[in-house]
Amino acid sequence: MAGKTVGVLALQGDYERHMRALEAVGAHAVEVRTAAEMAAADALVLPGGESTTMLKLLHREGLFEPLKAFGESKPIFGTCAGAILLATHVTSPEQESLGLMDIGVQRNAYGRQLDSRVVSLPSELGDLEAVFIRAPIIRSVGPGVKVLATYNNDPVLAEQGRHLVATFHPELTSDSRVHAYFLSKL
Amino acid sequence: MILNEQYRLKVGLAEMLKGGVIMDVVTPEQAIIAERAGACAVMALERVPSDIRRDGGVARMSHISLIRGIMEAVSIPVMAKARIGHFVEARVLEALEVDYIDESEVLTPADEENHIDKRDFKVPFVCGARNLGEALRRIGEGAAMIRTKGEAGSGNIVEAVRHMRTIVKEMRQLTVLGPEELMAEAKKHQAPFELIEWVAKHGKLPVPNFSAGGVATPADAALVMQLGAEAVFVGSGIFKSENPELFAKAVVKATTYYKDPMKVMEACEEIGESKAMVGLEISKIAEGELMQTRGW
Repeated sequence: MAGKTVGVLALQGDYERHMRALEAVGAHAVEVRTAAEMAAADALVLPGGESTTMLKLLHREGLFEPLKAFGESKPIFGTCAGAILLATHVTSPEQESLGLMDIGVQRNAYGRQLDSRVVSLPSELGDLEAVFIRAPIIRSVGPGVKVLATYNNDPVLAEQGRHLVATFHPELTSDSRVHAYFLSKL
Repeated sequence: MILNEQYRLKVGLAEMLKGGVIMDVVTPEQAIIAERAGACAVMALERVPSDIRRDGGVARMSHISLIRGIMEAVSIPVMAKARIGHFVEARVLEALEVDYIDESEVLTPADEENHIDKRDFKVPFVCGARNLGEALRRIGEGAAMIRTKGEAGSGNIVEAVRHMRTIVKEMRQLTVLGPEELMAEAKKHQAPFELIEWVAKHGKLPVPNFSAGGVATPADAALVMQLGAEAVFVGSGIFKSENPELFAKAVVKATTYYKDPMKVMEACEEIGESKAMVGLEISKIAEGELMQTRGW
């Protein structure tokens, strides 16, 4: 992992919190807003935020295809909105996605902000504190997907090969085990 | 400061809005235009601030049917405004399940002495501030997001710049002081001591700090971002411009790429020849009609 650069997609959202979390586990983190910045990274994080906003900017700035190509060979970790972008199928409402992970995701599936919550979550990485904010729910997983944690029987942390998704926000806690786990994939 | 679970969730949603643009909308159609342009949230209200200013009279919380219509039209978070101190309007908005409440100086204050005790609510609040003391008093009351007030509905960025510069400067000044000097600062700023200590240690507010009140162009948005704003509220600037769709997209782009002059230039170019909203010179606004002096 030494000398590796992890880019954080910085079009919108809590990218700064991911930068801090990555640096806390010893990664060299850089903000990514252009194709050139993306190409210089060894792995990428798609942060929490509004997936519609990110999707629009990805298209308008010509980053959608480069991001898809990036994911064909390098690891991507998506949280919340980032997980929505990585999915193969998105509902409520239906929207385009990168199709890099074989999961179906329903947006804002717990309800509105009043239904946001913090829960203690047993996972393959140990007990985690999971912060859900207007979170999506993973409604289906393909055969290649390994579920690392569930909440109310729905997968909330999952991986497929080099990629990792969380429907909660490990970057909003001081516990960096999920970020450390992602770096172990590099 | 007690960063309990509830408070972390409130601040958490503000974190998700960072780097984005929150747009004032008065109809579901406008909300859809805003969402398509890339807004990260919308503020549902009956009249944009420049119309409130023009019409005069008492400005109150919007009709429920209007806010509900907007909530049904888009998938991004929906905020709504309550009058300063009007905790019943706030309870109504909470019952409606809006995602954020703006206790706003744009509406006519209901209480000239007291703001809402926001700690007691499950829904998060954003409040306006013109200086550090005002920001910390609102956080002390439980606000989970601060926005500089600027002068709403003016289309003039000068007040937004003044307020952002003031807050950033006052925070920076605290960071070089010794612990024995901080109580005097708490007295000077009329702010809770614990929050003064927090700012002195971290050099920033304990909640996200956004900008509002006067953004009318993509360059305005990039300006307040460079001055330290973490996201931008645009009120009248989008739907009072000649081409709201173009302006909305261009402001989103300039906010994301605020550090990159080439990209901000592209954003300025995207609006073509269409005109920004007509602005007001602040000195021409009668003192009693200034919105920023409402609340304290």
